[in-house]
Amino acid sequence: MNSKKRNKYAYFYITPFFIVFLIFSLFPILYSFVLSFCDMDVLSGKFTFVGMRNYQRLFESGYFFKSIGNTLLIWIMSIIPQLSIAFVLALILSNKWFRGRFLLRNIYYFPNLVTPVTIGLLFGAMFSYPGGAVNNIITMLGLEAVDFQNNQMLARMVIAIAICWKNFGFNIIYFTAGINSISDDVLEAAEVDGASNWQKITRITLPLMRPILIYVLVTSVIGGLQMFDESHLVFKSVPGDATVTMVKYLYDSAFERFQFGYAAAVAYGIFVIIIIASVFSLLVTKEKKDDYGEKKGRKGAGK
Amino acid sequence: MKDKALTASKMKKYAARIVVYLFAIAVAVTAFYPFFVMIISATHDNYNIVAKINVLPGNQLAVNYARLTQNIELYRGIFNSVILAVAVTAVQNYFTAMAAYAFSKFEFKGRNVLFGVVMVAMMLPGQLGIIGFYKEIQALNLLNSYFTLIVPTIANCFAVFFYKQYLDGGLPNELLEAAVVDGCGELKIFHRIVIPLMVPALVTQGVMTFIGNWNSYLTPLIVLNDKKKMTLPLMIATVRDSTHADYGAQYVGMLVSVIPMVIVFCFASRIIMEKISIGAAVKG
Repeated sequence: MNSKKRNKYAYFYITPFFIVFLIFSLFPILYSFVLSFCDMDVLSGKFTFVGMRNYQRLFESGYFFKSIGNTLLIWIMSIIPQLSIAFVLALILSNKWFRGRFLLRNIYYFPNLVTPVTIGLLFGAMFSYPGGAVNNIITMLGLEAVDFQNNQMLARMVIAIAICWKNFGFNIIYFTAGINSISDDVLEAAEVDGASNWQKITRITLPLMRPILIYVLVTSVIGGLQMFDESHLVFKSVPGDATVTMVKYLYDSAFERFQFGYAAAVAYGIFVIIIIASVFSLLVTKEKKDDYGEKKGRKGAGK
Repeated sequence: MKDKALTASKMKKYAARIVVYLFAIAVAVTAFYPFFVMIISATHDNYNIVAKINVLPGNQLAVNYARLTQNIELYRGIFNSVILAVAVTAVQNYFTAMAAYAFSKFEFKGRNVLFGVVMVAMMLPGQLGIIGFYKEIQALNLLNSYFTLIVPTIANCFAVFFYKQYLDGGLPNELLEAAVVDGCGELKIFHRIVIPLMVPALVTQGVMTFIGNWNSYLTPLIVLNDKKKMTLPLMIATVRDSTHADYGAQYVGMLVSVIPMVIVFCFASRIIMEKISIGAAVKG
């Protein structure tokens, strides 16, 4: 009875959050949607309704699709080494005989805390031509200095390396937590049954880590498709805009070219791409689950 | 005979371990290398940075620093960033904890619908509303103000979700009922009972908010254009443009931007690792 009377205070507690949410989160999203059907006059700042024209341009100009391609390329080049190195290192660090794991884990993780702006500048300077730190090593080895900035693929690769460097330590901690949550009993039982280390990893650790792997994959798709800072900062200009990611394209459209209506359409385009990518990665990882289930079932029946 | 086989398998085991150590250390060296370049290069003049591989520190740090601060008010940037990050951490976590408390401990009309809204909003990418946000801020005349960088951060759905999870398990209802019976006022319950019991969660989430805000770039970039109000990342980003090819000064700027994070990491590395691990445990 008393508590029923108290329940009205809940509205008092949630009000500040929801007022801010409505004004600064929900309204801008809806407002962006309206603006995506408008064109802004640069001088007066007035918007006029243009219907689907912005979306038509999004599809026909090709620049947006190019930015999707750039984003995916950079993402793939960074996610594959990132997750595989992180997983191997997580396995290594979770070995009981391994000494110095605290120090190493901290070294691996620290790049994750560095300001993205600093990462952008740092990698831009390290991979500059001809006198960057990396090129100094290359020339010392007797090879020709490489102009990373003016080669489309290499420029993308540098950004991928920067992102990989920033994130792999985070994934190590994440994976380590997952590996530690696997009960020792299961692994001991496998050892008693004569399982090799490799079998333990592929038959027990990997399948049991599935939920965590899926989570990391999905969040990294969502995070990777929104990359901006590195693309904006590592290299000032790359031939053919090879490092312009989707969000960089959104930023340039709005704040360099002042086409706010079109930029709003780009934002919704990115949103659709992210939804598609998340659903796709969920479906892909779900199939794997059935695989494991089947194999296990078959094995059990065989015995 | 048997001994020989045993030592051979032992040898094999140790060889494998050495390979594993070498790999782990090689990755650590690679991961540290950019920091090494940053630190060493900050102490050399531009000729040395460009022309050769530097292993030992030079003596040009003070000169590089002087050239950097000629163009940029570094301390103002650090000061601005600290003020902003502290304010955002305090304001965001206070109000999200409040909302989470309501969702966790009260039965009210629309609770499930509203919490569903929070969950859906959590999935939305941050850039979706950025054009509308900018135009709205411009119309409200709030460009170039810290209000715009502080207050909107209250709408952090992740924090509400995290705190609700914590309160569901960590705050017994009996405690609150006892406080009500004793005639404790509502806000007093929140401030004297709920907040103190939430300290572990507040610290964890607070460290994350602080780091995230310290590193944030896109929003300050579009909101602020007054040089006096710029945050450290914005200033560091302008170093390259304002110093042209002055790598010595650039490296000093990067070094300065990393030092605060080293300090945070020294005090909070355990908290950060735990927060990430909690995430893994929830998903696992």
